[in-house]
Amino acid sequence: MREPEWMTELRREALDLATALELPALEKMNIDRWTLNFGGLYKSSQRVRKPDELPENVRALVEEGEHPENLLIQCNSGIAYCSLSAELAGKGVLFTDLETALAQYPDLVKKYFMNCVKKEENRLTALHAGLWSGGVFLYVPKHVAVETPIQALFYTDDADARFAPHVLIVAEAGSSVTYVDNCVSGDLKQSAVLSGVVEVFVGPGATVNFASTHNLGGSVVDLTYRRAAVANDGTINWVIGEMNYGDSLSETTSLLQGNGSSSDTKVICVGTGEQKLHLTTRAVHYGKASASEMITRAVMRDQATSIINGITKIEKGATGANGEQTEKVLMLSPRARGDANPILLIDEDDVKAGHAASVGQVNPEQVYYMMSRGITKEEATKLIIYGFLAPVVSEIPIPKLKEQLQNSVERKLGQ
Amino acid sequence: MGNSPQFIIDGLRATVEGKEILKGVNLRINGGEVHAIMGPNGTGKSTLASAIMGHPKYEVTAGTVTLDGENVLEMEVDERARAGLFLAMQYPSEITGVTNADFLRSALNARRGEGNEISLIKFIRQLEARMKVLEMNPEFAHRYLNEGFSGGEKKRNEILQMMMLEPKIAILDEIDSGLDIDALRIVAEGVNQMRSPERGFLIITHYQRLLNYIKPDFVHVMMQGRIVKSGGPELAERLENEGYDWVKEELGIEDEKVGQEDEPFKVPMNTIAPRR
Repeated sequence: MREPEWMTELRREALDLATALELPALEKMNIDRWTLNFGGLYKSSQRVRKPDELPENVRALVEEGEHPENLLIQCNSGIAYCSLSAELAGKGVLFTDLETALAQYPDLVKKYFMNCVKKEENRLTALHAGLWSGGVFLYVPKHVAVETPIQALFYTDDADARFAPHVLIVAEAGSSVTYVDNCVSGDLKQSAVLSGVVEVFVGPGATVNFASTHNLGGSVVDLTYRRAAVANDGTINWVIGEMNYGDSLSETTSLLQGNGSSSDTKVICVGTGEQKLHLTTRAVHYGKASASEMITRAVMRDQATSIINGITKIEKGATGANGEQTEKVLMLSPRARGDANPILLIDEDDVKAGHAASVGQVNPEQVYYMMSRGITKEEATKLIIYGFLAPVVSEIPIPKLKEQLQNSVERKLGQ
Repeated sequence: MGNSPQFIIDGLRATVEGKEILKGVNLRINGGEVHAIMGPNGTGKSTLASAIMGHPKYEVTAGTVTLDGENVLEMEVDERARAGLFLAMQYPSEITGVTNADFLRSALNARRGEGNEISLIKFIRQLEARMKVLEMNPEFAHRYLNEGFSGGEKKRNEILQMMMLEPKIAILDEIDSGLDIDALRIVAEGVNQMRSPERGFLIITHYQRLLNYIKPDFVHVMMQGRIVKSGGPELAERLENEGYDWVKEELGIEDEKVGQEDEPFKVPMNTIAPRR
């Protein structure tokens, strides 16, 4: 499939930039030491019409049914399966991989692609712009309410294959949609990189619910930027489960551009082994009376290290803005490290902003309380840890995915 | 009658952070009896409750506590609970992400043991019936454990747990603090429903008011880390009318306090709990 000339040009520029730009400077963490193997080649995958023709590992992750609708599956670099219900198609909803969208709706893609996340930001965003493949394009026309969640699965099992899906979601004025994706790796012997970018454009009065879980193995480095631009009275809700085993950089940002726009961000994470995790949630308020809420909860085991930043930025003119954030880290091992950094940057007087951050261990009073009712120490500790993550897990809109996230949490917490 | 428990505290001494707070407590509670321990703040009442339950902060240095002949002090906290002890706490913990109902069911099943778990339907029926007695909004079953509960709601929730777990010996530590008169009546009603020959009660309070609603069989006064006086319900009435000075005088006690126990902040008793 030939890409439009402008995309080829954009890729070329981006790759030039990638050699000139630095890696992002992460506070208190040195990303230069991570194994960043961007050498993967484009490897297309066999496109199938029915999910039971998919590789078995992938099939296990997909909802049951002959032809699951509103589902896209990417294996390594290319798309393996995509279906949209006739009902949604009839309403003008577009749901396809980004490569196909580029061929069919080039102007629409051009208007939004790498508009929220800029290729000029750092080497990682430039590399993504240059190397992306597969991906998702979801377009919801004005005033269309999509009731059933739209799902995507990104799967990699070949370390030589490039894995750089780009998710582009456009929700026009007054529309609403829920999108859920899951990033999973199979058996990988060598190091690999997920270079992911998510861009969400929330139109006036529109609502986008975005839920994502990442379950990548220890040999995959996850570098994911998620960003939403929210117009007047629009709403973006993020629910993110970071369940990788490898080093991970994740940034989830809401640009509250419109008056009355709002965002809600919930992130959970379980760090194990010698994982390095750098998780940022960010809300930038431009619009008047814009509101943001951010919650990150991380459980750290073994020798895992996490830097957790919450950044509330209120620009001059964003009167009546309200930004709240909480970062909590639960430490289960004396050798784990966790850093919770609430950062408030406020250039306007007439605003409200609040933050809370804590790093601590399982509270012995809580354990005692539960034990005093007959629950064993192990069970009490487990209930407390799961409870710590529950406010986010319970927000996952699809039962199958909620169960998968719960399983990932259980696997990472072990026994 | 094998079902009537015997709970015996003998010469119990306990320290917290190296300070001795309990200086030899003796008490015997049989099934069917309600014992009240009264006394001013800082005399060791709450320490007694915590030491019996096994709070890690308290170290027992001497004495024994037995339930039906079994040495409670050798048990872990959860084993004590499964053996039939229950402590309604003054300051129950708040636990995010664990619903009240899930917590209660885990606790109940832990008590009943593997293979003897309660069916969900039966559990819900019991829970609903008991919440009704305590005039609790059914939605509290699905709220996170004690999170955002008012003081009075927490107390009701403690009594709800007691009613569900049906202990052999129930210790209620200042269950009346923070309750308005209506809530006090409701909580007392819950306790009274649980009175039975198969169950003994130890009620810790420093106000006689609670004892108007839960009639004790025995009243004990605690000072300086010991039980210094025991009697029947008439003792509580005299304390209410005359205060503790006559007891101190009679026994030649100048300072009734023990250690320098910093009791946590107490909610004044005439505070009205928020109404829902």
